Amino acid sequence: MAVNSLVSGGPDGLPRNEATTLRMHAVVACSSLPLFLGTLLSDWAYASTYQVQWTNFADWLNAGGLMLAVVALVWAALAEISQPWRRSGRRWLATALLAVTVVLGTLNAFVHAKDGWAAMPAAPVLSLLVLLAAAAASVVGLARLGGRAQA
Amino acid sequence: MKAYLALALSFACAALAGCSEEAADGTQFGAVDRLPEPSGGLMPSMTIAEPAAWAGKAPHAPEGFTVTAVATDLLVPRQTLVLPNGDILVAEGKGGGAPVLTPKDYIAGFIKAKGTTKAKSGDRLTLLRDADGDGKYEGRWVFAEGLDAPYGLALIGSHLFVANQDALVRFDYQPGQTRASSSAVTVALLPSAVNHHWTKALVASPDGRHLYVGIGSNSNVGERGMEIEENRAMVWEVDARTGATRPYATGLRNPTALAIEPRQKQLWAVVNERDELGPNLVPDYLTSVREHAFYGWPYAYWGQNVDPRVRPQDDAKVRKSVVPDYALQSHSAPLGVAFAAAGSADSRFAEGAFVGLHGSWNRSVPVGYKVIFVPFRDGRPSGPPVDFLTGFQQDGKTMGRPVGVTVDPRGAVIVADDLSNTIWRVAPSR
Repeated sequence: MAVNSLVSGGPDGLPRNEATTLRMHAVVACSSLPLFLGTLLSDWAYASTYQVQWTNFADWLNAGGLMLAVVALVWAALAEISQPWRRSGRRWLATALLAVTVVLGTLNAFVHAKDGWAAMPAAPVLSLLVLLAAAAASVVGLARLGGRAQA
Repeated sequence: MKAYLALALSFACAALAGCSEEAADGTQFGAVDRLPEPSGGLMPSMTIAEPAAWAGKAPHAPEGFTVTAVATDLLVPRQTLVLPNGDILVAEGKGGGAPVLTPKDYIAGFIKAKGTTKAKSGDRLTLLRDADGDGKYEGRWVFAEGLDAPYGLALIGSHLFVANQDALVRFDYQPGQTRASSSAVTVALLPSAVNHHWTKALVASPDGRHLYVGIGSNSNVGERGMEIEENRAMVWEVDARTGATRPYATGLRNPTALAIEPRQKQLWAVVNERDELGPNLVPDYLTSVREHAFYGWPYAYWGQNVDPRVRPQDDAKVRKSVVPDYALQSHSAPLGVAFAAAGSADSRFAEGAFVGLHGSWNRSVPVGYKVIFVPFRDGRPSGPPVDFLTGFQQDGKTMGRPVGVTVDPRGAVIVADDLSNTIWRVAPSR
């Protein structure tokens, strides 16, 4: 009953406040997804319309997604450090994927900082990779959360 | 012309295979026979001036000239005008305030501000007077205040024209006056939305019937969209009497200073070209401004070199793009131009243009930060530039940044320095 456990808390045996922390972390990590998706769609819109404001918009969306991903990564890293005894199976994978998201997102921010068409064609390619990395990080992180809940 | 071409640029570094270093200062001038390919990594190269005080020192002039600070503690002096009685009028101000468009603007704005003065925009005109002719400007008055980032100045008869960042205005002026007798009358509104490049350069036509106004673009290369570029990146002709305006020449990215060449009575401009294509692209330039000519921005640079950053591209505009007359080192940022007085005593500087180079940011090796002299013969550039006023940078620190230059009837060159907020007078030694 993964869904129920998200509401009630604690069936995985974790202290209640720790479960809340885990879920908050998941929310932060997942919220970057729609922003990164928006980045990709805006890049696409610029490429197909030449309306330059789309690429400026993509720049901001990527910056927003990147900021959330950085928070999620720092959070994950702190958790790794503060609770080494809980180091279970694939916990590091979600952290690593978050790190990849942040690196690619930063790269994408620099590419989008170029004026107009100078960001092309690297911009949509990077935006897609960032989106995939962020999605993977979220899936792995949520699976872990759900897995705990069912255990 | 052949001799002129012979002084073609040497791209010292570009000639060496695999060398991505930047050409040394002073190599990219005059005619351009070969431009490097656009280059640039993830981040534009930036070297920002680190300000330091002059501490009693002064810039260096050639032998036979003495340099004096005739006014200090101004509020961002940009352009000057020497009035018929020898008084110097100084336009003080800082305009702009374009809204942040992308995250880059926050960061770049913060970094670039480190290389400029902390003084607030004066929004005023200051008048300096040397009543006894000893070279010391003991008189100092605020001629007018409450202006909006005044920049270009021109006098036609008894009318003093001031180009604010949003409008061309006019004061009545009588010789000897130290204070405007009435408030400014608006002659013509100037394009002022966003005002990314806010300076409005100004010069009067030789017959006094028209004024030419330099209007900069609203972006580096169209990244705000082309709608906001309407009536930007061009020189306007304004009827001095009626205020009627029309585009005179277009595609000039940021024409920061205008002057009339005294022999051919031809309009010339210095123009700041685009950034982020590499250390030796795109050359800034000094050019005669031909009526109806299109100088490329944003579609092309230095003639018909297509700028790939602009979409949609415009082939017809690219084909129309003319090559400017005289390249100035890329990124050196010319902000002032003035032609030598006809009766100059010093034969070295008898015919030609003084150009104030504010200095670069988009380059790891700084360039500019000096006033150069471009020699002319029969109204056309005739050779490589000569350093006229140097020493604005020392030991990695920057004491001053030249902006407007003006030649006074006594043969002295007046240089506005908007970092140390000083007016320098470079006068022939007696």
